[in-house]
Amino acid sequence: MKYVDEYRDGELARGVARSLAAIAQSDRDYRFMEFCGGHTHAISRYGLEDLLPPNVRMIHGPGCPVCVLPIGRIDAAIALARNPKVTLCTYADLMRVPASGGMSLIKAKAAGADIRMVYSTLDAIRIAEAEPAREVAFFAIGFETTTPPTALAIRLAAQKKLSNFSVFCNHVLTPAAMRAILASEGEGVEIDGFVGPSHVSAVIGVRPYRFVAEQFGKPIVISGFEPLDVMQSIVMLVQQLNERRCEVENQYGRAVTTDGNLKAQAEVADIFELRDSFEWRGLGEVPSSALRLRDAYGAYDAERRFSVETPNAKDNPACECGAILRGAKRPHDCKLFGTVCTPETPMGSCMVSSEGACAAQWTYRRFETQRIAS
Amino acid sequence: MTIKAYRRKLDIEKGRVDLSHGAGGRAMAQLIADVFHAALDNDWLRQGNDQSLFDVAKGRMAMTTDAFVVSPLFFPGGDIGSLAVHGTVNDIAMSGATPLYLSASFIIEEGFLLSDLARIAESMGAASRAAGVPVITGDTKVVERGKADGVFITTAGVGIAPEGLYLSGDKARPGDVLLLSGSIGDHGVAVMSKRENLEFDCEVVSDSAPLHGLVADMVAAAGASLRLMRDPTRGGLAATLNEIAQQSGVGFRIEESAIPVKPEVAAACELLGLDPLNVANEGKLIAVAAPQAAPALLEAMRAHPLGRDAAIIGAAVEDDRRFVQMTSSFGGARIVDWLAGEQLPRIC
Repeated sequence: MKYVDEYRDGELARGVARSLAAIAQSDRDYRFMEFCGGHTHAISRYGLEDLLPPNVRMIHGPGCPVCVLPIGRIDAAIALARNPKVTLCTYADLMRVPASGGMSLIKAKAAGADIRMVYSTLDAIRIAEAEPAREVAFFAIGFETTTPPTALAIRLAAQKKLSNFSVFCNHVLTPAAMRAILASEGEGVEIDGFVGPSHVSAVIGVRPYRFVAEQFGKPIVISGFEPLDVMQSIVMLVQQLNERRCEVENQYGRAVTTDGNLKAQAEVADIFELRDSFEWRGLGEVPSSALRLRDAYGAYDAERRFSVETPNAKDNPACECGAILRGAKRPHDCKLFGTVCTPETPMGSCMVSSEGACAAQWTYRRFETQRIAS
Repeated sequence: MTIKAYRRKLDIEKGRVDLSHGAGGRAMAQLIADVFHAALDNDWLRQGNDQSLFDVAKGRMAMTTDAFVVSPLFFPGGDIGSLAVHGTVNDIAMSGATPLYLSASFIIEEGFLLSDLARIAESMGAASRAAGVPVITGDTKVVERGKADGVFITTAGVGIAPEGLYLSGDKARPGDVLLLSGSIGDHGVAVMSKRENLEFDCEVVSDSAPLHGLVADMVAAAGASLRLMRDPTRGGLAATLNEIAQQSGVGFRIEESAIPVKPEVAAACELLGLDPLNVANEGKLIAVAAPQAAPALLEAMRAHPLGRDAAIIGAAVEDDRRFVQMTSSFGGARIVDWLAGEQLPRIC
């Protein structure tokens, strides 16, 4: 496949691996966090860690929207879906996320709640148009990449004067989460640099990451999602550290510009505003880290329309998703990993999404840790 | 069926199935005669009995059953009718047996277009004649609107196994060679490309095909050196290899670069975030064979039109953990796992 195969070329990868081995200084460690679940997935799927020198270690970050959603928000979505007037539209990867009391959206659906899986926000708009008697609520989650499509849906609903469409907004912000991780550094997490987001950066551009280098003194390289992109970004990070540089560099120039997608940013800014604070699984309450609908669009806000409350729900106490999302622990450090918690029966959110660190480790790399038949 | 005295002709062009077509009265008899018997015609159906009788040969018989709920019902390269024939024939053939007869039950949703039903029955008849495996008995039910999705088909198939051939999923041994008959993912991508809300421009055609001819050639070439065959349908190659690893108590090592994937299938999977290894096939098989038989087997497969792109893709290895591991074309190793409950469309 043109423009994809080139970035998965095994021959080139071995070349990059050789140059990486040549420049990685043997008297030190390099600990890099890949923020995005997309990177975690690529690293595991292509066996990238097999190509890294032993002293270059990847720490999986929290950039998986399903993983960082706290259990209380899933509980709230289920409560919303149980309202007999409501049709809840959701992306499929949220269906199996464990909620309180052994519940999940897929179980609520089986029990009679009207929950429908959609491929895009526009599908939800279509359902609202086709079924005017139903209250169609879209379960919106994701980082800056999925926020513009939600904004578009709200804009469209406003234009069409759809009175039965609303959004349960859970959109979160990448730079705020990075700041929270860096602020908590030392609590079991040590990071020498970041492999920075791909698609998120295509929307927000390069500037929002400057604080990583300027305030926290960590190099960051914005990287594409293909395995060679990641390899090259790791080389760039090692070079920065070796040369005692600390900059925001852009490896993903074919998609990411300095300013990002200004049109998408304007659309998001028009419809959404910052929440004072939002709970992240693993990171706890993070100030100014999530969005909600502005008052002007309050009619489309499911939280206001249905007075949705977010219960203060606790994770399974043995589940280490929190520490794993901060990079403080690895998936196989968790007692539940691969025993009671597998992709078929996930206990924590990191095992649900294919971008989650636990699911990636279990699905692609468990030969590293598992010794007996499952 | 001999009932001829219908008051009115069935309006296949514009009519719809209604509840009377499943009620056991004259309307049902007319539907069966004009749609199903017309399309699937053979001596057994012409007798109009509730069962069909056939002679049993000496030896071991194979029997299977299969249900089809594919959505959409018509897709590039086939439809639910041809798929029902191919799927059932292939399930019999994977034992090395020659498929002999099929049955077919139709659960039809009230309001379903008679023209679509006739098109499905005709496609089923054409597939059955091409495969040389007649549908010799059947059943029709109609359920209220909303209680089914257009039409569901359930089949059964019987066949006869060659003497001395004992293929089974628990027979893979470390060192055995793993062969694949052609490119993977065609069927799943073809179906998804036509799915509501997911439509995309795509030239991929389903690989739906009856594999018993290819199987006969393979059995002739490798005989008892064949350990097992299986068609990687739902869950794709990944699920099939994991099933066999579990049954046989072995692991598999496969090479990503050896697995044929058409560029357009790879591109569609990329777009949908799918792995071709998890995507369904309806006209492919994998075989595990003793290493010494592999060259002759591969040659026999490649000589058959449905095995032209056959390849050796890996081998069974000793592994108590029963892992299927793949060397990626990028160079690293990874596990090839079952798909964990992904919400894929109904593909068979």
